[in-house]
Amino acid sequence: MKTKKNVLERAMVSVQTKVQATVPAERQVQAAHMAKKAQRLAGKGKPLVLTERPIPDAADVPLAELDVSNPFLFRQGKSRDYFKRLREEAPVHYMPDSPFGPFWSITRYEDIRAVDTNAEVFSAEPVIVMGDIPLEIAMFIAMDPPRHDTQRKAVQGVVAPKNLKEMESLIRERIVEVLDSLPTDRPFDWVDRVSIEITGRMLATLLDFPYEQRRKLTYWSDAISGTTEGTGGITHQDEFFKATAELAREFIALWHDKAARREQGETGFDLVTLMQSSDETKDMISRPLEFLGNLTLLIVGGNDTTRNSMSGGVLALHQNPDQFEKLKANPDLIPNMVSEIIRWQTPLAYMRRIATRDVHFGGQFIRKGDKIIMWYASGNRDEAQFDDPDAFRIDRANARHHMSFGFGVHRCMGNRLAEMQLRILWEELLARFDQIEVIGEPTYVQSNFVRGYGRMIVQLTPKSDG
Amino acid sequence: MPTVTFVEHDGTPHTIDFVEGQSMMEAATNNAVPGIEGDCGGEAACGTCHIIITDDWISTTGTRSDRESQMIEMSPECQANSRLACQVVASKAMDGLKVRLPEFQM
Repeated sequence: MKTKKNVLERAMVSVQTKVQATVPAERQVQAAHMAKKAQRLAGKGKPLVLTERPIPDAADVPLAELDVSNPFLFRQGKSRDYFKRLREEAPVHYMPDSPFGPFWSITRYEDIRAVDTNAEVFSAEPVIVMGDIPLEIAMFIAMDPPRHDTQRKAVQGVVAPKNLKEMESLIRERIVEVLDSLPTDRPFDWVDRVSIEITGRMLATLLDFPYEQRRKLTYWSDAISGTTEGTGGITHQDEFFKATAELAREFIALWHDKAARREQGETGFDLVTLMQSSDETKDMISRPLEFLGNLTLLIVGGNDTTRNSMSGGVLALHQNPDQFEKLKANPDLIPNMVSEIIRWQTPLAYMRRIATRDVHFGGQFIRKGDKIIMWYASGNRDEAQFDDPDAFRIDRANARHHMSFGFGVHRCMGNRLAEMQLRILWEELLARFDQIEVIGEPTYVQSNFVRGYGRMIVQLTPKSDG
Repeated sequence: MPTVTFVEHDGTPHTIDFVEGQSMMEAATNNAVPGIEGDCGGEAACGTCHIIITDDWISTTGTRSDRESQMIEMSPECQANSRLACQVVASKAMDGLKVRLPEFQM
């Protein structure tokens, strides 16, 4: 039986490889969608439905039942105490039964770093979110070396410091445009008007995607990263496939359009141009799933993360007015504050790994094939690493040591772009506004992966000229 | 005290004292040498303390380990003598060491 299955799997892989090279990506996405639908009709692969219920306090739950995969944990303000209890009582914790299957939680800073830097024992394949995703798009964030290295090197130039230096004034210009259009006579939604807007503009610039259609990038990113099965989010499988197919169609059109413009002598520093001008990637279009994967990774990676740090910073300073005063008195603290915001927010709560062999770790026995979640959100609040870790301190000495970018070969390649965007945002905010007041409570995204905000109502007070 | 010189990409030198047993990353960050970041705290896990050792010193410092290679080789500025400063443990023999910094840390 086992052999038969292996033969079938091998045949599948071989067919998939051939298909990848010849069938357009959009068709492949549609085919995968139909297969999923057929499965559902046959009563298999029933979509996961999650209903929000009040989550009990960490102290009232038996340790073995402490389930940090709950996508409502952050929204209900329980994540801090749940992870604190795990760090103290079960730093390598096994959850045998969750909506996303069994998994190990790694919650201490040093343990997380040890797992993250050991790609041989802890594999990033096939996906890096907790649950299954409807279609495994070939992204290098979910590949191990050496395949990972080749793919990453091919595209990292677009967000590498050298390219960013060229782009800094353009980034500033676009941020300034957004800030100068904000109302100061009435409250507005910061998430929509600032965080999404700036992130969308930046992505459209990096990808040379039609500027006026930039909200599509936000929509695709949210739909793809928010599947219920993958992260406990609100995207239905059908929505996921619709978004992925649209993204594939539009970017393949963009590729051909750019190729034609290149022939006319047009140059640029955007992703597609970089891909088309490198020997390694100039034929990427003939490997559509790989092309799609690289694009999706950039779009998702540059979307939720920066967006929620842009909102999180405002919330953190609102909750800590003394820190805002400190900042106004000493704007040189901005770069360090940016690191502290990224630590405090930890916009992506974790990355997932799979053990490639049986391994003893942190006093536990992890078996080959087990799923391991490295909780950056917990490592960033580890008392052994950060003094008074829940406090937001813009001059924290070791803020840069946060783990929100991950460690090891998968360390965030957009880290410098993220820092630059946040730094410019705060430089320009300080130049314009005296107060940034959050009105009421923000709403929180439903997810066990993205720690983000749906709406955040803000009232601005302009700087008085005197 | 023994000294080490970090030369920035634009040629600006920074000569600082070091203490035996500390890493060259620690020596640099304790003395606020620009261009050495050390985001992971010294575990060869972030690649932000990339230095390039001159040929005449490489036998003293030794070449990079596989762990360092994993991180540094992703940088477009990686060279044969590239190392992570956090993995170079300062010894008396390194008195007078000169290293170059890449233009950017990744």
